[in-house]
Amino acid sequence: MLPWLSPMLQELLLEAAWQTLFMVGAAASIAVLLGLPLALLLQLTAPGGLAPNRAVNRPLGLLVNAVRSVPFIILMVAIVPFTRLVAGTSIGTGAAVVPLALAATAFIARLFENALREVDPGVVEAARAMGATRLQIVAKVLVPEALPGLLAAVTVTLVSLVGYSAMAGAVGGGGLGDLGIRFGYQRFMPEVMATVVLILILFVQGLQSLGDWLVRRLSRR
Amino acid sequence: MMLDHPVPEVPTAAAAASPAIRLTGLRRHFPGAPAPALDGVSLEVAAGEVFGIVGRSGAGKSTLIRCVNLLERPDAGRVEVLGRDLTAVDAAGLRAARRGIGMVFQHFNLLASRSVAENIAFPLEVARLGWAEREARVAALLPLVGLQAKRDAYPAQLSGGQKQRVGIARALASQPGILLCDEATSALDPETTAEILALLADLRRRLRLTVLLITHEMGVVKALCDRVAVLEAGRVIEQGRVFDVFTRPRAATTRRFVAEVIGDAVPPGTLAALPPPGPGEVRRLLRVLFAGPHGTRAVISEASRRFGLDLNILAGRVDAIGAEPFGIMALAAYGAPAAVEAAIGWMQDLGLTVGPLPEGEG
Repeated sequence: MLPWLSPMLQELLLEAAWQTLFMVGAAASIAVLLGLPLALLLQLTAPGGLAPNRAVNRPLGLLVNAVRSVPFIILMVAIVPFTRLVAGTSIGTGAAVVPLALAATAFIARLFENALREVDPGVVEAARAMGATRLQIVAKVLVPEALPGLLAAVTVTLVSLVGYSAMAGAVGGGGLGDLGIRFGYQRFMPEVMATVVLILILFVQGLQSLGDWLVRRLSRR
Repeated sequence: MMLDHPVPEVPTAAAAASPAIRLTGLRRHFPGAPAPALDGVSLEVAAGEVFGIVGRSGAGKSTLIRCVNLLERPDAGRVEVLGRDLTAVDAAGLRAARRGIGMVFQHFNLLASRSVAENIAFPLEVARLGWAEREARVAALLPLVGLQAKRDAYPAQLSGGQKQRVGIARALASQPGILLCDEATSALDPETTAEILALLADLRRRLRLTVLLITHEMGVVKALCDRVAVLEAGRVIEQGRVFDVFTRPRAATTRRFVAEVIGDAVPPGTLAALPPPGPGEVRRLLRVLFAGPHGTRAVISEASRRFGLDLNILAGRVDAIGAEPFGIMALAAYGAPAAVEAAIGWMQDLGLTVGPLPEGEG
């Protein structure tokens, strides 16, 4: 398929691609599962929200900001004890998912929060006037109305995760970025670097197009 | 002036013993605002009545209507709806009460992600009705608002008038006894406004709704309401039957509001161009109101002949509010002082309301 690479390199490339897919997919799934409740909590407890609560909103916002402030390469190393606790090891592709998921959760929580904030407050008010409970407002108004925005946030997060995952080599996570560094850069093999970059470009393009298409399909505006 | 229709009974005005809505001493001062939005408002809306609240923007109308279903909680005062004090019930009780109060919004507030039918079914989902029941209600509501063909359309595909029809159907879905209209026609063009007003009038009659609406358009009040209250700076400055308030406004603000639909304003420059009174004559500027069945006589020409006056008609209009006809006229009367006074007395004896032309309406 890629005649300019030796069979061994081709095999390494395939393995690295799977590692990247796994890291990005697993971290994004966890980020969506944790990020949505976090974003809803941030949105509901915000001043003027459905359940304003400074004591919850402030610390939560600070925590999210703190995680987002730390450069990923540092975050990855700094939380090694936590990674070991969760994954049982601090080295390998599975272990790399932990810091990736953490960073992506904080990232997507803010994006989700923005998407939820875009929902017309008038629609929420209409639901309140009909006697909807807060849970009904979340499940039947906020999330469905924000769905296109939420999906766009998932796309952006996936693309960012592809970038973050390139640093996973620092904890032995492997992946395409790691392959590019080790072979393309450190062993002076520009054809490997070029191939890795090409695959990453195609990968990101594919993700973005898929995301945009889904957003268009679901948007009724 | 030919107004020989009998005055019909207005069936709904302030008749019922227990009001559908009773607001008592509502106060609301938003933190940081220089003045309170509501400064002691008390109102009663009788069952089956359409009650309008008018006022300029910032007069507190929106806050007031949002207090009725406690979307806004007043700092002080009582909100009684159908005999229940909503300020005293718990959260679940309030949600239940809200299901009995439909609300229509200026900007429609439809869910963009739901079709017309799904929007109308929304309050029924909230009330946890089953699928079959929801479908049946939606099927009954769509023809009521003339949207059968748009059942599966999304709000983005609808015109403003169609969106408001969805909003109205949605507000009626849970079969409320009370409908709140928050500037329901203010985002619509005049033609669509007339359509929506006709729809509301029709629904009100068919469903025996009690309606509380707020608006800044007197045309809406004239078309729809039985009674009206004028709100200014968070207080009710005038209220009464629409006919009375429109034909005999007392407060200056009310006069300005009323002038736009009553049309008795004298064209600008007319007064300055009037000839001065001749020697031994006076000139009096009068506003004459013909209301009720006594308008069959040719009052103006008769007054002119009888009292030897020159009567210059500056503005006038014959109209009806609900089914009650009235005529209104701005006159410049020239003649001997005694003759003018006698003519005014004679007209008043006929049952006309004669007063000086209000300042600032020239």
